[in-house]
Amino acid sequence: MSLLNVEGISKHFGGLAAVSRVDLQVSEGEVVGLIGPNGAGKTTLFNLLSGALKPNAGSIRFRGEDITGLKPHQICRKGLARTFQSVKVFGAMPASQNVLAGAIFGNPSQTSLKQAGEEVARQLEFVGLTAQADVPARDLTLANQKRLEMARALATKPALLLVDELMAGLNPTEVAQAMELVAEVRKRGTTVFIIEHVMKAIMNICDRIIVLHHGEKLAEGTPQEIATSRTVVEVYLGE
Amino acid sequence: MRTGSLSWNQLRTPAVWGVLLVAAVTLTLYASTYSVILITNILLYVILTVSWVLFSAPTGYISLATAAFFGVGIYTSAILGDQLPLPLVILTAAVASFGLAAIVGALTLRLKGVYFCFFTFGLVELIKHVLLWYEVSVTGLRGRFVVSADHITVYYIILAILAVLLLTSYLIRRSRVGLALRSIGESEEAAAHAGINVSAVKTMVFALSAVFVAAAGAAMARRWGYVDPYIAFDYLYSFTAVAMAVFGGVSRFAGPIVGAVAFAYLRELLITRFPYIYMLVMGLVLVVTILFLPQGLIELATKAPWRRLRGPREPA
Repeated sequence: MSLLNVEGISKHFGGLAAVSRVDLQVSEGEVVGLIGPNGAGKTTLFNLLSGALKPNAGSIRFRGEDITGLKPHQICRKGLARTFQSVKVFGAMPASQNVLAGAIFGNPSQTSLKQAGEEVARQLEFVGLTAQADVPARDLTLANQKRLEMARALATKPALLLVDELMAGLNPTEVAQAMELVAEVRKRGTTVFIIEHVMKAIMNICDRIIVLHHGEKLAEGTPQEIATSRTVVEVYLGE
Repeated sequence: MRTGSLSWNQLRTPAVWGVLLVAAVTLTLYASTYSVILITNILLYVILTVSWVLFSAPTGYISLATAAFFGVGIYTSAILGDQLPLPLVILTAAVASFGLAAIVGALTLRLKGVYFCFFTFGLVELIKHVLLWYEVSVTGLRGRFVVSADHITVYYIILAILAVLLLTSYLIRRSRVGLALRSIGESEEAAAHAGINVSAVKTMVFALSAVFVAAAGAAMARRWGYVDPYIAFDYLYSFTAVAMAVFGGVSRFAGPIVGAVAFAYLRELLITRFPYIYMLVMGLVLVVTILFLPQGLIELATKAPWRRLRGPREPA
């Protein structure tokens, strides 16, 4: 069943078409990758899906419901969470409070503060930050800040998680751990839509890959199909 | 070491608040008229400062609208003073100010940083001049006489407003709204994507903080007897609230209170003792404080030498 259904979505900044007439589907249980050269419109597309930007045209349906033009907090509460390309943790606040914000405000079925506290403990354990629960988020390493963002997003109990460059700036060990984390997220029943530049990672963890170029969908297919596609190779390596 | 009974550390804060409350409530029994008036003034500044901190400290939105809300309170009292009993006048001022702040907040809280700061400053001047124009060209009044109240009544009203304000801001700090405000201050974008209704939270708390300022204005006008738009909408109240908060430190609950009390008392002392150089000394004290205690006076409470001897406080 299609969880996310995007039809003909476009976003212009002045004369520049950042995203242009893109159609895409994400089905429940998948890990879908989104790749493309710098400036291809990947993050803009995520901003449209999560409500940070309003599209000029097109529609977004999530769980069968039209969410086009809704505000970010409304979209989050409907079960579509995200992380950020440049980490946006709540720096002065302890790690646990970062996650608590997601658990309290992002999950409409959350009833008590006690439940929220249990959820925080669960998510911190899941991303491996239990020992750092009381550490201010800004004092964590970059890899851990990215994990914390993940925990905050997961605490909202999303059906779909948009992950924007989880691995950028991480060392090889941390990249391997991040890949494991994404696989675990999927195993727990959350569908993942991920932007990534680390090719080894994206080829390994994705069921399907979508390629954006100049704001348009250039190709779509399994990792093998994408890796051997002539058009994709031309875009990345030049003709 | 923890024992079954309550330790002094756990009891200290409630004990201090209890003593302060009893001293404040019984003040008029033992204090001179001058002291009551002085302390009323000091408590007024605590109200302005704590109200400012309630919204601006966690969110990082620097508001200079304090004087606008204060003026709304003063003029409500001036216009309705002879028609309604005082509690109703204060209530009306609070509601009017809440409405004004909610409208202004909804319109302008998308402005960030210095733009929001300038807008709120402009609001004070805008209301002042609209009122001035209205008074001169419609009612023909330059200023207004306010029904007066005795200083003891005003003292108790100010004390009551302060008590409600302190309770409100204490509860907000510990509540979900406090968590939302701090998240917004750290990253508005991430807060929205974590499910926080950013504009609603900001607007509501901004409006709530205006309520206490206007209520205090409505009460204080009773002591002044005469007001005009320049007296009521004096932007110095806006700057003073910010200065007192920074002077005391906003990182802890008691910081702004200590800041406002110390600042207001020091000013009173200097004006009466050294009327010619008081501004100079005041400026010096502020500069030295910011240089050596960037977190405000409240830093003394954590840095003091006797603290170091006793070792770190047990985590709560």
